[in-house]
Amino acid sequence: MRIVLKKRLTPLPLSRHLIIPAAILVAAILGIFLFLWVEVNPFHAYIEIFKGAFGSPYNFSEVLVRATPLILCGLSVMVAGKMLIWNIGAEGQLVMGGVAGAGVALFLSPHMPAHMVIPAMILAGFLGGSIWGLIPGFLKARFGVNEIITSLMLNYVAIFWLEHLYFGPWRDPAGRGFPGTAILPDLSWFPRFFGTRVHLGLIIGLAAALLIWLVLDYTRWGYEIRVAGANIKAAQYARMNITRNILWIMVISGGLAGLAGICETAGIHYRLQKGLAVGNGYVGIIIAWLGRLRPGSIVLISILLGGLMVGGDQVQINIHVPSAISLALEGAILFCVLGGQVFQDYSLHIRFGER
Amino acid sequence: MKGIVKNFQDVVANRGVDFRLLKSEIHSLLGENGAGKSTLMNILSGFYLPDEGEILINGEKVTFHSPRDALDHGIGMIHQHFQLVDNFTVAENIILGMPGPVALNIAAHERKVTELSERYGLAIDSRARIWELSVGEQQRVEILRMLFRKVNILIMDEPTSVLTPREIEQLFVIMMRIKEEGRSIVFITHKLDEVREISDYITVLRRGKVMSTIRPDKVREKDGVVSTELARMMVGREVILEIGKSSVKSDHTLLKVERLSVRGDRGGLAVNDVSFSLKFGEIFAILGVAGNGQKELIESIMNLRIKENGQILLEEKDIAEGLEKIAYIPEDRNGRGSVPDMSLLENFALTDRKHFSKGPYLRWKSLEDKAKSLISQYNITAPSLKMKAGQLSGGNLQKLILARELSQNPTLLIAEQPTRGLDIGATEEIWRELLRLRENCGILLVSGDIKEVLSLADKILVIFRGQVMDIISCEDEEGMERIGPLMAGVKDTR
Repeated sequence: MRIVLKKRLTPLPLSRHLIIPAAILVAAILGIFLFLWVEVNPFHAYIEIFKGAFGSPYNFSEVLVRATPLILCGLSVMVAGKMLIWNIGAEGQLVMGGVAGAGVALFLSPHMPAHMVIPAMILAGFLGGSIWGLIPGFLKARFGVNEIITSLMLNYVAIFWLEHLYFGPWRDPAGRGFPGTAILPDLSWFPRFFGTRVHLGLIIGLAAALLIWLVLDYTRWGYEIRVAGANIKAAQYARMNITRNILWIMVISGGLAGLAGICETAGIHYRLQKGLAVGNGYVGIIIAWLGRLRPGSIVLISILLGGLMVGGDQVQINIHVPSAISLALEGAILFCVLGGQVFQDYSLHIRFGER
Repeated sequence: MKGIVKNFQDVVANRGVDFRLLKSEIHSLLGENGAGKSTLMNILSGFYLPDEGEILINGEKVTFHSPRDALDHGIGMIHQHFQLVDNFTVAENIILGMPGPVALNIAAHERKVTELSERYGLAIDSRARIWELSVGEQQRVEILRMLFRKVNILIMDEPTSVLTPREIEQLFVIMMRIKEEGRSIVFITHKLDEVREISDYITVLRRGKVMSTIRPDKVREKDGVVSTELARMMVGREVILEIGKSSVKSDHTLLKVERLSVRGDRGGLAVNDVSFSLKFGEIFAILGVAGNGQKELIESIMNLRIKENGQILLEEKDIAEGLEKIAYIPEDRNGRGSVPDMSLLENFALTDRKHFSKGPYLRWKSLEDKAKSLISQYNITAPSLKMKAGQLSGGNLQKLILARELSQNPTLLIAEQPTRGLDIGATEEIWRELLRLRENCGILLVSGDIKEVLSLADKILVIFRGQVMDIISCEDEEGMERIGPLMAGVKDTR
């Protein structure tokens, strides 16, 4: 018996939508062994995960809360990826967005009209991330420096900045040694909806996804970005300004991650603290490529992963499964989804007989 | 190979092909684009599995599941699109994928590669990186790679389409030497005269079927007769290779290049003190062996490369101001002239996008209308505008690029190897199109194909090592005689 992968000449019809559900199913089957190993009834555990994530409107709202920064970070990595630029620095850009936005709330909000505070914070968040994204962008466009390394290293710089600020000059004087800034003034808090923690950030994320889709598919600039990503020589040949486009795309990519930062700060934490840099920027890389650089898919995958994270927390609490198990399950799902995507381009043939 | 059948979705590429290759022979495979030559050879070299039929080597049935299986049986193929890693050196590319100890003695391999290349007269620097080489030089690397693997059956997919007469002669010498060593060569081509010169056997394919297998020495009556006969078998109709051209007279100078010098990727002067001027209404050809500075010359005209010295004027203004008026058909259709992973519609937008913009938006709808009319006007075979450009055959892709560029009414057209790798039918269409267009603009033709240049050009500039050997008018019959030696760098033949 032999297993052969054949490249598909035409894209898969409707059944391509079944690839991700099928992959999750495979991962769930693998997970059964995992739970049996720690002597937990796997079906009980799965039901708990599902209930934890989707069992009630409130639980689902928590999933959306979790998905909000993931959507923005996924989009951040995606727009750069469209031009074949690897923005590994979404984490740092997120932090700088949070810092810039919080700075506006802490120090400038008393001096501006109340209704201007939140728009100013969003703008500051975007710009904070943009500037951080522009550094690797400039180095790449001007000197050909590899953006993977520079953007990654800037993550650490950003996190150290954040720590310096909340341990040092911006530390809450009334915080009794708690590492963090003072609570942001109420008028800078993002509105929340329906009595849940779902906040303005979700709307920002969904709007960004829609906007990016429209820009990439229907504008000349979006087209130029896609050409540059698909064939850089053709882009040069067609006299596209690649240097300028690299700079712009990094401004947008960084800005989107920066928005994730300000959304987390002003929507959830209400202060700068350690919890801002928890790896959303890195998960964004996974989401962008799992979503095949498509905005719609990125939103869906963010919600899926958010569900898994929230559900995983629930099992941990309710049936005392070690937290490592829910991480391992997360890993299994990612692995299967990624592996399953092979079938989008290839079909599987099993042959019996000779050799 | 017996009764080979291969289908791709709805397209039948091979319908019951028998093919027999003897030891120590050069066997040519002739046919138009899409006749199934490449598919057949991809099956022989293990890239595809046949749907039906079998392959026998020395009477023994074999099944190849991968190119490596075929290589193990001594069968290697050189593709039309080279399979080289741009950032690797020549030696690294050659040993790539070969089994060997973990520790890599690159210096020893470089020596071996140099030895081998000297033995076959393939002058190549084993430490040069692929991107620094011209297309012609890259091909020599591919040949070396197969020789290095000691294949017994070497399949070459249109190896001559990028070469100039002198390089082709060298290639034929190499091919003869390989044959004398007891190895066999399958030579895929469209070029009839070459086939007669080199092959022991010729198999003609048409629409996936074998039309005939003949020995050229058996039908060698008059030179012309064989070619006409073969051409008729290939296309099923008479092909006229002579294209009528009338001279267009004009005194309006369009492009003026003065004392231009340009550095190559390795720092040396690739273009050295070149001057010429091109008049409105004429086809001005730059003829030379690949890698003699043509690439750098064109890139500097297109403002893609910084010039060292001299100036380039379009209608008496610096060319940088007039780039909009230039249409450019690059040598590398897939790598530069199109985006293979994007749809045909998106490829039509590539250089034409500015005319279809409304504010920030692209007017896809009106572009679609234009693309549709161009597709029918230029006879491009494409089922849908949504299909990817990479799925088009070479001839259709070239027609797409040509259609896109010509439809913008350029003042100056630069065409680089416009018919490289195309079959007779497509070549002829493109030649006619270029001649027709000449009435409205000037054309700078860069080619290594002497026949193409003689058929089309009003003036011929022969370039060698970045220098102008001579500029010859097409009326100068005595000058025509000197073209061959000039391309090889011999100036004085008297």
